[in-house]
Amino acid sequence: MDITVNILLTIATAATPLLIAAIGELVVERSGVLNLGVEGMMIMGAVGGFGAGYLTGSPWIGLLAAIIVGALFSLLFAVMTLSLATNQVATGLSLTLLGLGLSGMIGTSFVGQPGVRLPNLSIPGLSSIPVVGRLIFGQDPLFYISIALTAAVMWFLFKTRTGLTLRSIGDSHSSAHALGIKVIRYRYLAVIFGGACAGLAGGHLSLVYTPQWVENMSAGRGWIALALVVFASWRPWRVLAGAYIFGAVWIGQLHAQAFGIPVPSQFLSSLPYLATIVVLVLISRNKRLTMMNTPASLGQPFVPDR
Amino acid sequence: MGGTVSANHDKANLLEVRGLTKIFGTLTACDHVDLNIAGGEIHALLGENGAGKSTLVKMLFGSLEPNSGEIFWDGQAVQITNPGVAKKLGIGMVFQHFSLFEALTAAENIALSLNDGSPISTIAAKARALSYSYGLPLDPESLVGDLSVGERQRIEIIRCLLQTPQLIILDEPTSVLTPQEADKLFETLERLRAEGKSILYISHRLEEVKRICDRATVLRHGKVVGHCNPRQETASSLARMMVGNEVKPVVRAPAEGIETAPALLEIRGLTRKPATPFAIPLKNINLRVRAGEVIGIAGVAGNGQGEFFESVSGEVLQQDAGSVRIRGKDAGGLSITGRRLMGAAFVPEERLGHGAAPRMKLSENLLLSRHATDGKSFVGSGGMVKNASVYSAAQRIITAMDVRKSAPDPEAAALSGGNLQKFIVGRELDRKPSVMVVNQPTWGVDAGAAAHIRQALIELARSGSAVLVISQDLDELFELTDAIAVMHNGELSAPLPIAEATFEKIGLLMGGAEPGHAEHTLETA
Repeated sequence: MDITVNILLTIATAATPLLIAAIGELVVERSGVLNLGVEGMMIMGAVGGFGAGYLTGSPWIGLLAAIIVGALFSLLFAVMTLSLATNQVATGLSLTLLGLGLSGMIGTSFVGQPGVRLPNLSIPGLSSIPVVGRLIFGQDPLFYISIALTAAVMWFLFKTRTGLTLRSIGDSHSSAHALGIKVIRYRYLAVIFGGACAGLAGGHLSLVYTPQWVENMSAGRGWIALALVVFASWRPWRVLAGAYIFGAVWIGQLHAQAFGIPVPSQFLSSLPYLATIVVLVLISRNKRLTMMNTPASLGQPFVPDR
Repeated sequence: MGGTVSANHDKANLLEVRGLTKIFGTLTACDHVDLNIAGGEIHALLGENGAGKSTLVKMLFGSLEPNSGEIFWDGQAVQITNPGVAKKLGIGMVFQHFSLFEALTAAENIALSLNDGSPISTIAAKARALSYSYGLPLDPESLVGDLSVGERQRIEIIRCLLQTPQLIILDEPTSVLTPQEADKLFETLERLRAEGKSILYISHRLEEVKRICDRATVLRHGKVVGHCNPRQETASSLARMMVGNEVKPVVRAPAEGIETAPALLEIRGLTRKPATPFAIPLKNINLRVRAGEVIGIAGVAGNGQGEFFESVSGEVLQQDAGSVRIRGKDAGGLSITGRRLMGAAFVPEERLGHGAAPRMKLSENLLLSRHATDGKSFVGSGGMVKNASVYSAAQRIITAMDVRKSAPDPEAAALSGGNLQKFIVGRELDRKPSVMVVNQPTWGVDAGAAAHIRQALIELARSGSAVLVISQDLDELFELTDAIAVMHNGELSAPLPIAEATFEKIGLLMGGAEPGHAEHTLETA
């Protein structure tokens, strides 16, 4: 029983950073902007979070720093692609490269230093209930934040007028502009929100997952988050499902490798990717629904003629 | 904005525009334009493509910023800096290229343009009530992507009316409607006028303007060239004002011996499944175009014409090779190049990006489409391009079609729409193809250039080729073709000989009526 609970807890810990980064990117892409710099913003958040936590001794300040660093880093992308209308794909890729390099440079003195860890939630009485206690009341704070964030984004996009406006910009920025909607302003805010989420996800890595600084510690999670958004056809609950499927198969194959199952380890390592793609492709079979949810102006620079 | 506020503007005018100027680079799109619109009138804004009509109304709606000039609203000088300001003043706009969001419902589209915080369900109810009161029934829950162009325009109009504007700007509203839908629109406009609202009506259809407009302002090359009462003018006098000189009428010589001529293009039972959720399936289409004749395909945009053109041109291959036959041979399994090699030529609807590569020179565009069919003259041994002969062929086409340009061999994107269209049509005509298929030959092309293209197509047919023209412009089809078939919802009617065809018959078919039940459908439409 305890093993099951432990496995479930590690799955949640593996899924949480993916979910946070992907939900942020989902909002960005819903506004019609493709930011391929998630990996870069994430690793910057990780180094910023670790550094602030290490220097102040407070993981909470670390977390705040991760968010701010991610948001500031995405601002660079926003200025380039929105104000200067550069190519979003190229700018996003260079943002990732810049983030990986810059974080390595900033983090040289952090390597090998002991970090601070964000404590798990502990509610006297509740957290010690067998099984459910630790699953529901005893996880790290970011687990709860990630679930709340998903619900909030879902509500924002589909229940509020501002969310409708954001989706309309993603569908057709020129139509939105013709109606007098401030396309660039909305996109700036969306990109910065995405950056803050990616930074927070990075903070999770260096303050919860493995509370230390290792170069390239994001290890491709930013790319997985990006893929999740597309395979989830830009729907929040599917992103949640995708993140957890990925996390579950990831942890599952680790255990399988530990048990020495006679299957090549390379195959096991590729399983999480395969399983996530297969499941998400299966749930997005409905072409019409996918069409409705795909932001039609994704990746196109917008230059209003004046 | 410069200039001082003049004191003598007329209070009776709802909108008064003084010396409005907009300059794009070296082009003066609007040059000191004056315009007065009184309360409760339908005012026409006439002009050819590129005359500056759209630029002017975009400035009135705040989408574009004028370089100089003044705008008075109800006697007060105003600066319309963005569409929000225009809406607050009471200016509403129905756009030519719809500003709707396909992935959203009608109600959501309407909600986006209303700045009140009321819930979508309230807005949907209001929109439904208003739409029925104007006889433009609308289902607010439907997804815009699923709607016909006419229905989309209803959304635009209802959206505009819900903002209770004093002035409604309509940019080419009937270009996508069936004649019956247009009648409905005119009724609505007359009712709005009776309610004291003003309407600025942009169109190049002169008969319409004569029918519903009280006054007209005519633009040419960005300048106002005249004001008139369209009811006292004739269509040809209005056209003269717009163009600046007489437009040579298109002459269609009688087609002789067509019945016995061989069919050069045959479509047999052409069926195609929709490729995307918003695409139209093609259902068992049969058509035969004989040597020497011009057949037209009419229809409201988005009824499968695009899908049909793709299938005939070979952009999409058919499973049944016999469903498209060129000069008596099966061509359904052949690519565009394969079909071109059989003697066919194709002109797609979109000029830039489809008919021509925008950033390439005209001569390069010529080579792109004809490297296979004219391989011997354009490509030498070892695959080297003979630049000189491509260039001289491009010049030959430019001269033949009277393409006006700023450089000897400009980039395609540097040409105006009409001139590029003349080049693209001319590029195919130059080959003397035995089968020519053209989609929207004169869309957005000014009257002079349109007449030139139409005349060239007729002459091609009369010299023994089969010509198939897909067009939304009924006037064009009546001028150009020997028989008209109508495409509706992916089905094609039998061609109606031009002598028997009337606007009303074709219009009913465009609206989906069965040829035999025309009268009945009119009642319920």
